[in-house]
Amino acid sequence: MGSLLTQAFTGLGIGATLLLIALGLTFTFGQMNVINMAHGEFIMAGAYTAYMLQGSFGRETSLLVSLPVAFVIAGALGVALETVLIRRMYGRPLDTLLVTWGVSLMLQQLARDLFGAANVQVLTPSWLVGGVHVAGVDMPYARLFIMALVAAAVAGIWVYMTYLPQGRRMRAVMQNRQLAACSGIPTARVDRRTFFIGSGLAGVAGVALTQLGSVGPTLGTNYIVDAFLVVVVGGLGQIRGAIIAAIALGVLDAYVEWGTSASFAKVVVFVAIVAFLQARPQGLFVLKTRALT
Amino acid sequence: MKMPGASGGARNPWYGRIGFALVALGFLVLAPATLSDFGLNLFTKYLCYAIIAVGIGLAWGQGGMLSLGQGVFFGLGGYAMGMYLKLQAAGPGKVPDFMSWSGVEKLPLLWKPFQYAWIALPAVVVVPMAVAAGLGAMVFRRRVRGAYFAILTQALAAAFVILLIGEQGYTGGTNGLTNFSQAFGLDLADPTNQRMFYFITAGVLGAMFLLARQLMASRYGRLLVAVRDGEERVRFLGYNPTVIKVIAFSISAGMAGLAGALFVPVVGIISPALLGIVPSIEMVILVALGGRSSLVGPVIGALAVNYAKTSLSNRFPSGWLYLEGLLFVVVIGFAPMGLAGLVGYGRSALDRLRGSPGASPADEAKRLEDEVVPA
Repeated sequence: MGSLLTQAFTGLGIGATLLLIALGLTFTFGQMNVINMAHGEFIMAGAYTAYMLQGSFGRETSLLVSLPVAFVIAGALGVALETVLIRRMYGRPLDTLLVTWGVSLMLQQLARDLFGAANVQVLTPSWLVGGVHVAGVDMPYARLFIMALVAAAVAGIWVYMTYLPQGRRMRAVMQNRQLAACSGIPTARVDRRTFFIGSGLAGVAGVALTQLGSVGPTLGTNYIVDAFLVVVVGGLGQIRGAIIAAIALGVLDAYVEWGTSASFAKVVVFVAIVAFLQARPQGLFVLKTRALT
Repeated sequence: MKMPGASGGARNPWYGRIGFALVALGFLVLAPATLSDFGLNLFTKYLCYAIIAVGIGLAWGQGGMLSLGQGVFFGLGGYAMGMYLKLQAAGPGKVPDFMSWSGVEKLPLLWKPFQYAWIALPAVVVVPMAVAAGLGAMVFRRRVRGAYFAILTQALAAAFVILLIGEQGYTGGTNGLTNFSQAFGLDLADPTNQRMFYFITAGVLGAMFLLARQLMASRYGRLLVAVRDGEERVRFLGYNPTVIKVIAFSISAGMAGLAGALFVPVVGIISPALLGIVPSIEMVILVALGGRSSLVGPVIGALAVNYAKTSLSNRFPSGWLYLEGLLFVVVIGFAPMGLAGLVGYGRSALDRLRGSPGASPADEAKRLEDEVVPA
């Protein structure tokens, strides 16, 4: 029983990490139909930000300082990418995928040249060392910290989209771009803002990942495919979908891995996703439109 | 929003035939006569990638299905061939060397059929085609396509590689299958035999190219292009787009499998590092550079990129990665028709200079329209 619960907690932890990464993707994919493969490198940028800042702010506070800084740095990278490349390629989702892949190759090599190919370590602040023991389950503070961070990010986005005028415009563009443009919404500016938030969240995810392992140039690549699967299963631009999909995939992964092996778990998750798409080819939640599917 | 199909144009068919014969002559006579043994071996490897590229050109350029998991099919073909060669090297009744290192003493059930050439050789094509047909039928039937399809195939590549690495006792893990001494009783270290593999590979590439060309010239080819440009319209006309797409996807997988099987005796290794997410997406840039909408383009792109990679990546490993990234950005972002597009542009510019009737304003408008790439 205890180990069953432990797996559930592990799954929740995996799911929370995936969700933090997938939140940004689901907006850029859902609103602009852009598949940003360089999203993984924004995660890496966030992680290296935490690494750079720990020298000047000390072990205890640098992690908290890096969260907003990484958000801004990764967000700025995202806006730069959107302005220089992606804006020219709207309506060609497959081509944006390949172009951003090229950008991600270059960013990875840049990180290798700047920080070295070897992984670097970000120190854990003393208030994240250790964990609590509840009902036979060990809960490391680092995992709980990530879960809290995800919860805060989801709450923030929900408030932004529900109550703020910027969020309302964002929803309008997501639902019908032409009509939004006709109604006087500056869609280009909304796009840029969405890209800033989505990429910034990747930076925050990067800071969080430093507490789970070391930081290297390929940090983002390890997560990006799974994060895209979360978006596919959850449905485009759907926060609810992303939350449920991330937790479901994380928990499924944890249980299958526990029952068999890590390599087998990946295959089972893949087969499960293909089977799931048989029932709901557009993901859990679908934005209702009158367009032909 | 139309890309030209490969069968467009009403030029004299003999131009193409003579061109093909000249190129074939170059491949079969000139290359073996001028290249060193080492150079020819490298060139054979490039030709293997060119075979994959022809397949991707068919599925992506003509059919609009971007597969980021082509390495999986390449790997299935490669591993099928590698398993057969490994069992040949081990001798009857024995297990391959890496299995005894991992403590596997009895030949696993999965490996048993690959003792026989008559199973292993067809499996090289049949297994990748079956996997592609199965996956394709499931996802295309439910109208999962475009970016969703690309992400799924990428996830397939990720899962396949993790499985290969994880099941070390059965697959050789990260090292893959290597140390082949002989194939079909032929010593693989002998340059004469390597020359023979070159001719076989060049022959297969020619055959695959002609197959793709015949397909695109047929009614099926028209339908494939039509599905790419307007799947719903084709459906409303009474055709089943699922069947059309599954056929193209599994043929492209079969080509990748064949390339994998030829790759193994030539290069001497098949390992997860050759077929994961990164190699799979690199296969796509071969096609993009050459020109996705032409059939010759992918072959030229495969040879050019692999040549550049071999000559640059050893001397400037860091520079090559920047260049490769830049290649993706520039080609896809700013010249989506690739080298073939440049040729087409040059040809129409030439026509305009000559003032031939082919350069009427209407044709020019059509050409401009053709350059826009569909989503």
